[in-house]
Amino acid sequence: MKYLRLVLANLGRHKLRTVLTILSVALALFLFASLRSVTTTLAATAQFGGARRLVALNATGLVFPLPLSYANRIKGMSGVTGVSWANWFGGRYGDGNTFFANFAVDPESYLAIYPEIVLPDSERKAFIQDRTGALIGKRLISRYGWKLGQNVTLQGTIFPGAWTFTIRGVYTPTDPAIGDDVLIFHHDYFDERIGRAGIAGWYIVEIDDASKAPMIAKSIDDMFRNSSSPTKTGTEREFQASFATMWGNVSFLMSTIGLAVVFAILLVTANAMMMSARERTGEIAVLKTIGFSDRLLFALTMVEAGALALIGAALGLGAAKILYPAINFNGAGFLPGFKVATSTLVIGALVALGLMLASGLVPAIRAARLPVVQALRKVE
Amino acid sequence: MIPIVYNVRSVAQRPVSTALTALGVGLVVAVFIGMLALANGFRAALAKTGSEKNALVLRKGADSELSSGLGRDVASIIAADPHVATGADGRPLVSPEVYVLIPLAKSFDSTQIANVVVRGVSDQAWTVRSNVAITEGQKPTSGRAEICVGTRLTKRFPHTGVGQTLRFGGRDWSVVCHFKAAGSAFESEIWGENEQFMPVFRGEVFQSISFRLKDPGAFDEAQRSLQADKRMTVDVHRESKFYAQQSQLLSNILNFLAVMITGIMAVGAVFGAINTMYAAISSRAPEIGVLMTLGFKPWTVLVSFLAESAFIALIGGILGCLFALPLNNIVTSTTNWSSFSEIAFSFRVTPLLLLVGVLFALVMGVIGGFFPALRAARLQVVQALR
Repeated sequence: MKYLRLVLANLGRHKLRTVLTILSVALALFLFASLRSVTTTLAATAQFGGARRLVALNATGLVFPLPLSYANRIKGMSGVTGVSWANWFGGRYGDGNTFFANFAVDPESYLAIYPEIVLPDSERKAFIQDRTGALIGKRLISRYGWKLGQNVTLQGTIFPGAWTFTIRGVYTPTDPAIGDDVLIFHHDYFDERIGRAGIAGWYIVEIDDASKAPMIAKSIDDMFRNSSSPTKTGTEREFQASFATMWGNVSFLMSTIGLAVVFAILLVTANAMMMSARERTGEIAVLKTIGFSDRLLFALTMVEAGALALIGAALGLGAAKILYPAINFNGAGFLPGFKVATSTLVIGALVALGLMLASGLVPAIRAARLPVVQALRKVE
Repeated sequence: MIPIVYNVRSVAQRPVSTALTALGVGLVVAVFIGMLALANGFRAALAKTGSEKNALVLRKGADSELSSGLGRDVASIIAADPHVATGADGRPLVSPEVYVLIPLAKSFDSTQIANVVVRGVSDQAWTVRSNVAITEGQKPTSGRAEICVGTRLTKRFPHTGVGQTLRFGGRDWSVVCHFKAAGSAFESEIWGENEQFMPVFRGEVFQSISFRLKDPGAFDEAQRSLQADKRMTVDVHRESKFYAQQSQLLSNILNFLAVMITGIMAVGAVFGAINTMYAAISSRAPEIGVLMTLGFKPWTVLVSFLAESAFIALIGGILGCLFALPLNNIVTSTTNWSSFSEIAFSFRVTPLLLLVGVLFALVMGVIGGFFPALRAARLQVVQALR
């Protein structure tokens, strides 16, 4: 510990250089953490889904509806404990520049099947009772400054016209993958206004035992195989995962960029550290003359490099960890529950350690091996 | 002025340090060009989809072909409209189209499902969409379950070769041709006859109607007269503008990411450049003293060191361009969230983008070199020479 002051003095000699080096390490790790979090958040969303929930879609594709009459037939199957359905609405609010998801659901069964959607009992009741009521995620409240009981008008894109709903409740999702920027409203009202079409976009089926999922999914599909609208049923997790794969190569691009970032800053930082070590050749020779051992000088140089890398890493990773929740970031709705995972912090710390080795090793070995006489000759 | 050779030789004196700094800048530039090339390629694919000469009719309020729906009555009203051009055979150049998405599993990984556009077109569509050209096989025959597959799909999805059979919508379809469309989004679509697709998918309804304008300059007038027609409620878009708009959401995201990521990276690289230049200057203080003793003015020293820093950055910029160039024409795919369909497109590294990349590097170099150069210019001769 007695050498701490020496290390600090060395770091403090070129204050600007030290600060810039630490900051560039911090920026690199901040970017690294951000980019990696995009990938981990997408992966986490794909993992969402109660093991006991299945999703049934029209086998022809997800834009095709299913008859509403399937609800009762699915409900009657053994192992099925609950059925709910929903329909994508895709309405636009305001000038249409900001978008949020909105769909029609069967309120009672939907809320029962999704315990992750949490709201006060009074609001739950009010929403279920009002046919033109809407339930919204808490992010929408802060984004648009809406209030409970207020009327909100959406412009239908698939189902034309102006649709006005009354906000009856605000929910907080316990699972971030549910999304807190969603508006849901009564399927009854939807059905009535488009003229009793009797269609459901997708069914959510709750079953009593997760291990029976493949079997029940298959029997649902078998039941409707020869009808005009065959179904494709899978677990909710598979359904979510299929959305994640729609990004295609984007995740891969993100990680490639993350690597490039880290590597670029690593080069720059290593360079700065090596140069500062080179300037000190004379000094190191003096230290050796007064009895500092080779091993000690090696350690001191490594500690100095490590201090730069670790302080930078702590700043960068800490900033990412604190900043994103603070601004409630969700990637414009594309990345619900954006979170810097612990694994990202650990990998970030390892990167910093790698940086310490890469940038400290060459100067440290040089310091340890420095021949005193030759080095002193250069000192004026 | 201090000759530039002095700087070039100084840079060559410390090859490792120069290489590391230049490589750092180069990586930043490469990421910058790469990300913009991605956004560029995506935008270009959609911009090329629509034609200036065509108009696209959707139901009023629909923001994509997917959310639109038009009856046969609308199709016949438009076919009879005087603003529509007529083909060589005297028939109006109109294509009422069925537009749906179907899930297809990819060849390399069947768990990856993509939503592929299936477009049912009229016989006229092959003329209306003038950028479409058949590369292999024959156009689907009217009345048969035959399809033509865009060339971008053929490598990524199984059963899409000419002569093979693709199953979707509960029916088998024989693939009779492949088509290309100048790299546009059409190349990621499957085309067939609209009358064949109607009963299979959404029944007696079209999603969009494309037609060739008799006079492309008179679009506004055509738009006004069709939208005012009391018999239907439609929006009329210029086709080129409509498809360009469909790219906006994703290309905005990509551009934002490019600027954010490279912005932060650039700051890091500039910090690195500052460190390098400060170190270079403090170790060369006696040299600077000599230069000044020889009579070079402080501002020429400033310019000289700025030039040196810019030179290192220039090497980096060129390296970055070299790293980014192989990306050109690499095909990638993602979902276009505006239309919810998967589209394949290629990175487009344009000369302009390379130039911007090099300029970006130079800016980093000049910013990074400015304060160290200023210090060099302010050195006291006596002190520096000591």
